[in-house]
Amino acid sequence: MKINLGILASRIRLEEKLLVKEARKRSEINLTIVDPREFTWDNSNLSELDVLLDREISQSRAYHIMELLSNTGITLINDFETVQLCGDKAFTSVKLKKHGVPTPDFRVAFDRESALKAVEEIGYPAVLKPVDGSWGRMVSKVNNRESAEATLEHKSHLDSHYHSIYYVQDFVETGKKDIRAFVIGGEVVGAAYRKSDHWITNAARGGESHPYPLTEELETIVSATSDVLGGGALAVDLLESERGLLINEVNCSMEFKESMKVIDRDIPAELLDYTVERAKVGSEEVTQQQCLV
Amino acid sequence: MASCPECGTEIELPDDTIKNEILDCPTCGLELEVVSLDPAEVDLAPEEEEDWGE
Repeated sequence: MKINLGILASRIRLEEKLLVKEARKRSEINLTIVDPREFTWDNSNLSELDVLLDREISQSRAYHIMELLSNTGITLINDFETVQLCGDKAFTSVKLKKHGVPTPDFRVAFDRESALKAVEEIGYPAVLKPVDGSWGRMVSKVNNRESAEATLEHKSHLDSHYHSIYYVQDFVETGKKDIRAFVIGGEVVGAAYRKSDHWITNAARGGESHPYPLTEELETIVSATSDVLGGGALAVDLLESERGLLINEVNCSMEFKESMKVIDRDIPAELLDYTVERAKVGSEEVTQQQCLV
Repeated sequence: MASCPECGTEIELPDDTIKNEILDCPTCGLELEVVSLDPAEVDLAPEEEEDWGE
């Protein structure tokens, strides 16, 4: 059976290039690179796809395309519900907390004054984040009331409506490092420390990867996170704390080029294995539904 | 052969280049996007937007 695989991407970075090269090596895959800039809804041939792997760098585009393709018979990696949960830090944290997965203490506020109260409740230092941000963009560590007031005032003058949703998180002192773990189809395939000279350790901001072992604690909390958020292929960012490992953020179109330097697994190959497997299961389900009709 | 739109450097694209791939101009260092493979053409890569990420 030939799998019609679409890779949703407008920007081909190293990750996408590795995925494309791997897909082209496999005779069972018929690959289409889907550039969201080049089609309009519904003037496209997306319906011919069996599976669409989201690698789109614009989270707004990815969010809408994955939603529009939900329940159309195309298997989506990841499911829209997972994209929705991971695309908003408040949704992620609330969902994890509800299911008892440890996270840093957090608050979500909807007004500048109540956001200040939330920061004071959390205590200093606290971290203010946009709910939909990535790569550490506009993440602020506030060390006292004056800096909290200033940051909140600046946020109130920003254009995006998302800045009127205030996500406040306890600052966890980790020594300028965190852990990135990859979970694909429920299996934790690898993890790496991200270390930096800055408290923001994102690879996009210069964080460098170092080996981190797959401990029982890590595998347990990352697997639980995957279960709660609907599975799929996720990059889970964790913080080491006195309470043990905490889930900081979860990313559903994982960037792995920095981490793969120290992880002894072929992440693009495993991501494609999972994608193809999900497509096969999805096709069987569609066939069964057609038989029932 | 593609040409950097900023400094004019001629850039030979490797055989395995993919459309929309990002590369750096070897002379001026500007980030470029491969917008066509045949003929080979590059343009300035889009600048980072607020919703970019993972």
